[in-house]
Amino acid sequence: MPLRQKVLVLYLRNSALDSPVLGWAEYDGTGETLRMAGDADTPPYPTGLAALKDGWRLFQASQLLPHARGEELDLAYLKYEFFFELLVEVP
Amino acid sequence: MTEPTLLTSPQVASFVARGFLRFDAAAPADINAQFMAEAGAVAEPVEGGPFGKVHAGTLAASDIPEAPAGTPLAEVYPRGSAVARLLDLPLVKGALRSLLGEAPVFDHHFLHVTYPPRFHEATAHENVSQHTHQDSTIDPRPQAFDVQLMYYPHPVTRPMGGTRFIPGTHLRKVSEVALGRYQNMLGQQHMVCEAGTLLFLHHGIWHGAGVNLSGDARYMFKIRMHASGAQTRGWDMSDLAPRNARRPIFFRKSPPMPGTVETILTTPEPWFEQDTGRLEYVNRIKLWRYLTDDPTYDADYWLTRLETGAA
Repeated sequence: MPLRQKVLVLYLRNSALDSPVLGWAEYDGTGETLRMAGDADTPPYPTGLAALKDGWRLFQASQLLPHARGEELDLAYLKYEFFFELLVEVP
Repeated sequence: MTEPTLLTSPQVASFVARGFLRFDAAAPADINAQFMAEAGAVAEPVEGGPFGKVHAGTLAASDIPEAPAGTPLAEVYPRGSAVARLLDLPLVKGALRSLLGEAPVFDHHFLHVTYPPRFHEATAHENVSQHTHQDSTIDPRPQAFDVQLMYYPHPVTRPMGGTRFIPGTHLRKVSEVALGRYQNMLGQQHMVCEAGTLLFLHHGIWHGAGVNLSGDARYMFKIRMHASGAQTRGWDMSDLAPRNARRPIFFRKSPPMPGTVETILTTPEPWFEQDTGRLEYVNRIKLWRYLTDDPTYDADYWLTRLETGAA
């Protein structure tokens, strides 16, 4: 059976994987579901750790980088980004 | 000509903190009906035709004028037109004067139409929501901001997929749709509203159009404007409490008094990260300093602490 990847991206409250989920995205490589911006107002998991317990495999986490001198107070993108995957067999 | 109803200090503080002000059913029914007539109905799609042509046809057929960027706002819309009448409402004049000062300048406008499923099916176009984004491009201005007025001329139901926006995101310096993978965030809001509802947005707020799953086209008219001169102290400041009434922080025996500028500027959004949420307060305070033209203002010592001995 061929495999397809499902991807879950979680944005957490701090760099700890067991901190609460603030933002999220899902992409379904099986084509069974189509997720899109604004399609859910409550997160799929309360924390990153809860996603691990449900079988998602963590494959990337954002780094902690020092703050450039003079730009310490500037904000841009969400800071604590975690990528998970599930490999699913498809017919 | 009508006299403007200026914003209050808590309203401006809320705009500083959250990046928007919402006024439900602010435009009367006759202006809404006139706008819908001037905007025109969308033509039904041609089977197999390009989706892009549908909206180009809608814009071309509307009576809304084209206008060059940089035109004084007061000169853009013909007298008596729906948008001219909208801009002459005391609330609208007052909000724009409060946030942009006298004589705002027109940047651009756009008639956003979110089409129902049959338009996408006919043109083999995927019917999905718009990725979340910040308008224009990276905007490095430290404090000056443009205002985007979003006007909802007819009722918007949840299935129509009204504008989605995330309060409090406006002070982050990002590059347009680089944040497109943020599908959902705690605290996001979806515009479900009565006809005539208005949103005044800081240009930096993260937003996107929702997917329309209803049977009707959804209209939203947006005008982007900027200041032509001083952007400071334009609202009704008579309600502003004497400043520097410092209050205890962290060790407090009762909740902070609601509705004060300090409380408004230090109220978090649900999506705030634990550490950068505090930087959001810092950046709100900087914007409040700019708007009040008071370079030493502080709320809860957030900037004083960083500035003490720093020079």
